Amino acid sequence: MTDHPKRPELISGEESLRVFEHLNRGMSRRNVLHMLGVAGVAAAGAGSLFGAAGKVLAEDAPAAGTGKPGGRIRVAGMSSSTADTLDPAKGALSTDYVRHYMFYNGLTRFDRHMTPQLELAERIDNSDALLWTITLRKDVTFHNGKSLTAADVVFSLNRHKDPLTGSKVMALVEQFSEIKASGPNEVQIRLSAANAELPSILAVSHLLIVPEGTTDFNKGIGTGPFTVGEFKPGVRSIAVRNKNYWKPGLPYLDEIEFIAIGDEPSRVNALLSGDVHMINEVNPRSTTRISASAGHRVVDAPSGNYTDLIIRQDQMPGKSPEFTQAMKLLLDREQVKSAVFRGYARVGNDHPISPGARYCNTDLPQTTYDPEKARFLLKKAGMESITMPLVASPAATGSVDIAVLLQQSAREAGLKLNVNRLPSAGYWSYHRMHHPLSFGNINPRPNADVMFSQFFQSKAPWNESGWQNEQFDQLLLLARAEVDEAKRTRMYHDMQALVHEHCGIGVPVFISNIDGVDQRIKGYVANPLGGFMGYMFAEQVWLDA
Amino acid sequence: MNSTTLWLIGRRLGAGIVTLLIVSMVVFAITAVLPGDAAQQTLGQFATPEQVAALRVKLGLDQPGVLRYLHWLMNLLTGDLGESVSSATPVSELMAGRVPNTLMLAGATALVSIPAALVLGIGSAMGRGGRIDSVLSFFTLAMVAVPEFLVATLAVLIFAVNLGWLSSLSYASDISSPWQFMRTYALPVMTLCCVIVAQMARMTRAAVIDQLDSPYVEMARLKGIGPVRIVLRHALPNAIGPIANAIALSLSYLLGGVVIVETIFNYPGIASLMVDAVTNRDMALVQACTMLFCAAYLGLVLLADLCAILSNPRLRNQ
Repeated sequence: MTDHPKRPELISGEESLRVFEHLNRGMSRRNVLHMLGVAGVAAAGAGSLFGAAGKVLAEDAPAAGTGKPGGRIRVAGMSSSTADTLDPAKGALSTDYVRHYMFYNGLTRFDRHMTPQLELAERIDNSDALLWTITLRKDVTFHNGKSLTAADVVFSLNRHKDPLTGSKVMALVEQFSEIKASGPNEVQIRLSAANAELPSILAVSHLLIVPEGTTDFNKGIGTGPFTVGEFKPGVRSIAVRNKNYWKPGLPYLDEIEFIAIGDEPSRVNALLSGDVHMINEVNPRSTTRISASAGHRVVDAPSGNYTDLIIRQDQMPGKSPEFTQAMKLLLDREQVKSAVFRGYARVGNDHPISPGARYCNTDLPQTTYDPEKARFLLKKAGMESITMPLVASPAATGSVDIAVLLQQSAREAGLKLNVNRLPSAGYWSYHRMHHPLSFGNINPRPNADVMFSQFFQSKAPWNESGWQNEQFDQLLLLARAEVDEAKRTRMYHDMQALVHEHCGIGVPVFISNIDGVDQRIKGYVANPLGGFMGYMFAEQVWLDA
Repeated sequence: MNSTTLWLIGRRLGAGIVTLLIVSMVVFAITAVLPGDAAQQTLGQFATPEQVAALRVKLGLDQPGVLRYLHWLMNLLTGDLGESVSSATPVSELMAGRVPNTLMLAGATALVSIPAALVLGIGSAMGRGGRIDSVLSFFTLAMVAVPEFLVATLAVLIFAVNLGWLSSLSYASDISSPWQFMRTYALPVMTLCCVIVAQMARMTRAAVIDQLDSPYVEMARLKGIGPVRIVLRHALPNAIGPIANAIALSLSYLLGGVVIVETIFNYPGIASLMVDAVTNRDMALVQACTMLFCAAYLGLVLLADLCAILSNPRLRNQ
């Protein structure tokens, strides 16, 4: 990668995207290292993370012994309030997830390609994707000295079904019709309907494992790499190295102080002045400041997060397929990518699976900006000179800017859009999906099945555009139960084609996560799940000072 | 202290309690009309209606607003501030963690800003119309006009990022030596001083000039008393009333209005706690913070009035 003479220390967005895509297509580790060049080897760090892409439960041995033990770092997240929680079920923000992965482990965990890997589970077997048997590791203890047993897992999963737990993933767990201990170290989960994606569901941070009978979560008793030294909601937390961690040689750091700085320029300033070692949610505009500093680098993590144009299909004008098609053609994706996100994004193709992710259909024709065709379609629908309100809000990342760009390009096709900018408060409850044209923002989901079930199934409560497609619903159920990888891939490809063509969702770009990292931090690799290495940096990074 | 003063204090305290009561009602009503409630806020963007309903019952949000208000008021009378919905901890505990930080920052700022403002204000009043006055007026007006987030961000850029002298963040809990205290508090105190010194200095200048124009000062001047003695011995005691009021207003701002400074320097004070509380629709916490701000404001204004009365022999001996 010698074609970036200007800033050799920076792994650019395009580069990491290329690597990311190749990884997901199953490129060999050697090729990847070659691509990254010598500078990238250190950044890629834990080498054995490069498993065979797409293979569920691939071997993924921990990369112990590579890093340097010791050291204390300070990390600043993006938001913190008195609502900060150490209860995995209630985790709402990146700051919560980061803390949860410090103190707890899940049964499985996502690797760099969002493929689930075994964690507290030693084996996962299933019969017809309906009855799942999970064998637990035997050498694991909680921070209070208690050994991990099947009862802890049953408790940790069952509590999500109680509405009073306030779990964020209650809907996801409802399909677990029975969770029981079938032995001291064996848990059986019976699903209400076959679902081959259970291992990736178990990897979400909300389903991290807590000891049986926990009521006070502020102590953060888990099996994770760190123990709670201090936890003050809205102020900070201090994580202290768990000496008895079950992964030998991990974690490297002695202590992590985790704070949050809500104001983005202040967060960048804190990084550049050396007060913190790591920040997330960097504004694309600030990246030049960070990469200009010799002691810091920008980490661009391609992700599945997208801001989408929602064209309601159950009312006019969205009811007209021509109008919907025209709106998708009016999204100038390249312009959104460069003007709104300064290149830290990847062009989307009106379906929710990001390029490089498992099951992404790359054979679909790319929708491109075409005002002429849009004008023709609008005329055909008899809507060549209508005026429509377009609802956007800072709550949906970048949507106000995208709306303004769309307003300009719509004018080219004779369509007049009035951008209605609404405040963040109450936007999700009262405005998204409640107008003929609005914007939403969807964070990465654990797998394609969850994404489609939550946001595209006809009866889903957040079927954003309100589209109804029987064929899609049938495919969704079939794919969920299909254990044959090749067949399932084909079904997911077909579903993406249906969404791409018929759904009232325009996905202009997938937005990258941008982190700012001190050069002395090693072992830092991007993860598509989110910033801070998919919230899981704590266990893997070390300080080379 | 005589009966007039005591009567005034008593009347003020009574009016203060009524004011607090009215403020609490208004705040409760305003928070109630904000879109969303604590249950929705806790469960987030993708909660199911059943979950929201269950949590509402658990938190008592299904009861009518008037009942909830009366319930809160009854608890307050017994000294119970209630429990914060968002973090499931008693409000008093959350407040206890933040109030000392706010007092520390306000105290440090007051210690620097009040003497500075008095010197600047009196200095420019004495040299009224001269070069010093023009320069000071220009700078104080410029400081009033520049928003604090700009001052704070520029200060961080210069002193923390480029020069590396000071810390860009302020932690109240990591301080073990006076040197560390200075390093930590230098930037936020400097930023806040920029805002309030200017206001107080302008008020001081105006109050002192007002006195300098009065006949008794002219008389003193005719008697041949020097300018310093005129200001300090004759004019200033008579200007204490308005100056005390200006200081009280500035200090009440320090106790509750410094959210921007707290955000930029990541300082865990009471103002950011209140912003959190409003974002999370955490009614008990919002109310507790408002009551605190309001009480502090009323208390400071009362103190300022007492200063004015006690410094005026006519009022004092009435």
